[in-house]
Amino acid sequence: MEIAKSTFRTKVGLAEMLKGGVIMDVVNAEQARLAEDAGAAAVMALERVPAQIRKDGGVARASDPSMIKAIQEAVSIPVMAKCRIGHFIEARILEALEVDFIDESEVLTPADEQYHIDKQDFKVPFVCGCRELGEALRRIGEGAAMMRTKGEAGTGNIVEAVRHLRALRDQMRELTTLGAEQLMDRAKQLGAPYDLVRFVANEGRLPVPNFAAGGVASPADAALCMALGAEAVFVGSGIFLSEDPARRARAIVEAVTHWQDAAKLAEVSAGLGNAMPGIELETLGPDQRLARRGW
Amino acid sequence: MARIGLLALQGGFAAHAQCLAALGHDCVEVRRPEQLVGLEGLVLPGGESTTQLKLIASAGLGPGLRALVAAGGPVLATCAGLILAARQVQAPQQESFGWLDLTVQRNAHGRQVESFEGWSDRGRKLVFIRAPRIVAVGAAVEVLDTLRGEPILVRQGRVVGACFHPELSDSLGVHELVFGAAVDDRAREVLRPLRLAAEAG
Repeated sequence: MEIAKSTFRTKVGLAEMLKGGVIMDVVNAEQARLAEDAGAAAVMALERVPAQIRKDGGVARASDPSMIKAIQEAVSIPVMAKCRIGHFIEARILEALEVDFIDESEVLTPADEQYHIDKQDFKVPFVCGCRELGEALRRIGEGAAMMRTKGEAGTGNIVEAVRHLRALRDQMRELTTLGAEQLMDRAKQLGAPYDLVRFVANEGRLPVPNFAAGGVASPADAALCMALGAEAVFVGSGIFLSEDPARRARAIVEAVTHWQDAAKLAEVSAGLGNAMPGIELETLGPDQRLARRGW
Repeated sequence: MARIGLLALQGGFAAHAQCLAALGHDCVEVRRPEQLVGLEGLVLPGGESTTQLKLIASAGLGPGLRALVAAGGPVLATCAGLILAARQVQAPQQESFGWLDLTVQRNAHGRQVESFEGWSDRGRKLVFIRAPRIVAVGAAVEVLDTLRGEPILVRQGRVVGACFHPELSDSLGVHELVFGAAVDDRAREVLRPLRLAAEAG
């Protein structure tokens, strides 16, 4: 009886099970328990939430393994962790810790300006950020089992996540209208593997689940992402930098499930206290735009 | 054609919807109690059981789900759904509906790196994702399939529970076992590929 572990099917399978859920950034075991109690489908273990990384400046690296282990011991839901773009040794360390998903993330300072990690070569599934279809298909080609929009992490501003979700959706729709003879040329323009371009043209969707991230600060933001085609939502700074993290976390979980139900959204959005302070994107210089990291 | 409810609060419900549609059933996503009216069967999908439990409670779905199952229609509970349907849950202990007289241990195979594909003792394609293990089976429970002798597919009355994910296996066998088919083989819609063609091959 042959058993095969860590196949692409089992990797995408976990992403399938996270659909309709909220993945929350947490910096310690206490926050992880709060997230689980609020109904998070998974947590992302990291030392500082993106808004703090933005404020502190300097080089942001993968988190201390002892902190990741403490979070793994604290909760029964999946635990994800971030490594730097191209830093395959950080990824190997996270794999040795048996995190459930690795986020090769633009929130941390990139380690390689030319190459992303060869994700096919890992037992742990990867999620990567994207701004448009070509970038998504390049990452899937490298082995990513889940995509998410980059948005603009740590801003509490949903505008970039909306831009990226719409870009993906529009580009996928357009592919479905093309003739077979047009697909190779489009693959060239997108800088994406031809087979994956053909899959999207036939199916009208990515070959892996497509989640939203970057700037989600309210239940309404989370529901907006779902309405624009996201299948689940990552929330970074938006929960634990708000006035009442437990209530806001519960409300965002409800909003992702009931995104089509405006009366329910009104109910869960009421009386949450202040959201995290947001940042107007125009006030950020090009070097402060995390979404521009990776290609 | 039967009207089958699909608990769509969180988790892998989209793949179940494809399977039900391929068998010709009318699939109704359930997020609110009024959506349970007129249903003839139910799917409890995989996902995170802790998340699903909270969402069931906050949506007030518990009584309606109990009534639907008590009405005696076919029910399929996979992975997290099996955890919800079991009588007793370990690691950690949590609430459950108790429709299947089982003790289930959560995440019993370990973390995601231990998730696996394989074949059951009866030749069924299996996909296990951070899967639970059935550690004790009551007298009223019939074991339909095993993996290395351990129960992985069980039935009590019309409730069928699976530790694995038939909806991710490219086969409609388990769904057909539970709900039957409303279309003949020729009319059956081809399952859309969930994954890359290259991987499935």
